[in-house]
Amino acid sequence: MGSATEFNRRDVFKRAAAVTVLAAGGSSFLAACAAGGGSSDGKTSAPGSTGNAANPFGVKPNDPLDVVIFNGGYGDGYAKAFEAMYKQKYSGANISHLATQDISPKLQPRFNAGNPPDVIDDSGAQQLKIDVLEKAGQLTDLSVLLDAPYLDDPTKKIRDVLLPGTIEQGTIDGKMYSLNYVYTVYGLWYSNKLFTDKGWAPPKTWDDFIALCATIKSSGIAPFAHQGKYPYYANYVILDLIAKQGGTDLVTRIDALDPTAFDDPAVLAGVSAFFKIMQGDYLLPGTNGMTHTESQTAWCQGKAAFIPSGSWLENEMIKVTPADFDMAFLPIPSLAGDKLPQTAVRAGAGEPFVVPTKAKNQAGGLEFLRIMLTKEGSGKFAAAANSLSVLKDGIGPDVVLKPGTKSSSVAVTAAGSNTFNYSYPDLQTAFDTELQNATNELVNSRITPQEWVARAKAATSKKV
Amino acid sequence: MRHKKYPFIVGFLIVPVALYVLLVIWPYVQTFGYSLTDWSGASQQMNFIGLRNYTSLFGDSVFVTALEHNLLLLIVLPLATILLALFFAFMLNVGGRGGTGGVKGVRGAGFYKVVFFFPQVLSVAILSVLFQGVYRTDQGGLLNGVLVKLGLEDPNKPLQWLADPNWGLWCVIGVLIWSGVGFYLVLFSAAMQAVPKDIYEAALLDGAGRGQTFFKITLPLLWETIQTAWVYLAIAAMDCFALVSTMTPGSYYGGGPDHHSEILATLLMRNFITYGKAGYACAMGVVIFFITLILSVISLRVTRREQIEF
Repeated sequence: MGSATEFNRRDVFKRAAAVTVLAAGGSSFLAACAAGGGSSDGKTSAPGSTGNAANPFGVKPNDPLDVVIFNGGYGDGYAKAFEAMYKQKYSGANISHLATQDISPKLQPRFNAGNPPDVIDDSGAQQLKIDVLEKAGQLTDLSVLLDAPYLDDPTKKIRDVLLPGTIEQGTIDGKMYSLNYVYTVYGLWYSNKLFTDKGWAPPKTWDDFIALCATIKSSGIAPFAHQGKYPYYANYVILDLIAKQGGTDLVTRIDALDPTAFDDPAVLAGVSAFFKIMQGDYLLPGTNGMTHTESQTAWCQGKAAFIPSGSWLENEMIKVTPADFDMAFLPIPSLAGDKLPQTAVRAGAGEPFVVPTKAKNQAGGLEFLRIMLTKEGSGKFAAAANSLSVLKDGIGPDVVLKPGTKSSSVAVTAAGSNTFNYSYPDLQTAFDTELQNATNELVNSRITPQEWVARAKAATSKKV
Repeated sequence: MRHKKYPFIVGFLIVPVALYVLLVIWPYVQTFGYSLTDWSGASQQMNFIGLRNYTSLFGDSVFVTALEHNLLLLIVLPLATILLALFFAFMLNVGGRGGTGGVKGVRGAGFYKVVFFFPQVLSVAILSVLFQGVYRTDQGGLLNGVLVKLGLEDPNKPLQWLADPNWGLWCVIGVLIWSGVGFYLVLFSAAMQAVPKDIYEAALLDGAGRGQTFFKITLPLLWETIQTAWVYLAIAAMDCFALVSTMTPGSYYGGGPDHHSEILATLLMRNFITYGKAGYACAMGVVIFFITLILSVISLRVTRREQIEF
């Protein structure tokens, strides 16, 4: 019955518990900031030091190769195929393969300790931002790769066999630091079957698009869904409308964080056009708070007609897409007075592969990228990941494409030289985040298009 | 034999103390050091920049917003959790009335205890997934589905819950309270059971009602436990990282929409990992550390009361 000793023991215990909790609570943040105190060892092999035409980077056949792959929409099966190709050439090399979605948590400590892998597919929500790594001097300048001979035809250099825009996409201050391997096309997606059944024609102009939205809505289907929790998908529409209206010069100025770019009337015209979706109440109910999976699934179920995305969409949703869905791609419809034609699309290289400066087997890393850029590698990628690579004519006639990929490759052909691409999502992270916040307010009609433009302009001062 | 006592004690102490210094104190010290540099978090290169990180912290409007949200959490979370837990614990242990008298909980108290404690055994990851289903913004969400079925909500204008700037943070607070009450209920129950029954019986004989029993007996005798719970919850309120970062919208560690549910921890992580401003993030870590420390000391001092012997 509560003797004095018992009371005191409990008292001591409680105090001890409080102190422990105090220490533990504080340390959860501080531990996040604690870095390994490792230092780099100087044993990196400089590329090109012992190079010749057959082995331009001077790969030592027995050096182990350390590969880290982002295990996202494209899976990691293709990387295993590349590794087998590397192993064929350098049979003595021991290849370690890590497929993960936790790029940052797994690799940040290794970069800090000066012990990074040799090749990284640095992608996904947890990617280490390319601009941050470059600033820290962690990325190898890939010019040596661009000037190396193309494996399938040594009379050509790698830079000659890449699709236009690939080099620019990975370039910071005139040097290419990342090889963006996947050729991605961005725009609107719909079900060809649904449209044929209902007798709807894919719209070419934005006015037609808005008019069709009214028709779609009256049929009981939501005209437009987007991946509300991640507003960068909605930005594909807004920024594409702006690019088509203002031309590629404007794209360049926006990428350069030129604040005056947002004074261009094309910007307001693009945002206002997009805002008509909200004004007409054409959004799928609840889409503003949904994850990409939730909204894309609703779209696959026929609850919404259009959704914006890149060409990874088909592979990403392959398990929930009905067999007769007949996925199709639509370039962003055009506005009156557009500087780019209606067929123009945002397309370009994505999925950045990098070779760290402090990689133990830097030469092997570069060679791995060179092997990826062969017809065999590109074909294996197309088969395993259901997408196109940045290699010109990268797939042979034997590779069968799914309807969505086929329709996006038709759109790329139709666009011809009229493709454009923004680099700010990769290279201006802080600006991109602010732009996404502004777009999220816009889709909820909490700000006007004018306010969106003002916020975007203010965000140009945000730099990492 | 007395001279051999000290080597014996030291032998036991040295390993834990060394481990504590290496794994707890040293990272703290390192963080203080990094907060004075422009470290990017992506290499070992860094330059000493003095207190510039700290001066820019308080010019950062997002940081101030995040701080306000943490302070809100600091008030709401402990208060709501402790009040609810105390109420339930009281009802389960001494709130029962009827039959032949005596001190007991309401009928089915044992069952309720298990039910209330249940959320505590779920991991934060499961909580997050579970409640994202509850708060889903279309009719597929539990809350919206029920509200639509009851005709309280227009299916074309479902509530936004986590994606609503005014509600997002409160939705997270709801989950935190839901998952926390059970633990404190059990903690308070244990403390209540240690209170001698004869005190309650005496009060009952004197004709005390539930309210009087609670305020005159239970609360004073539980004060130390409540104090501990308060400190614990205050520290939890300074964290909340896992739930906010996974449940709320927004690029890189949530905090959205438009920073309306931003807390210090999400801002810290975004600066540390995404923006490569590790030095700046370390400065935030140091500020959070001091806030937590000061608050703990204050709450232990302010709530200090006379010891009650029984």
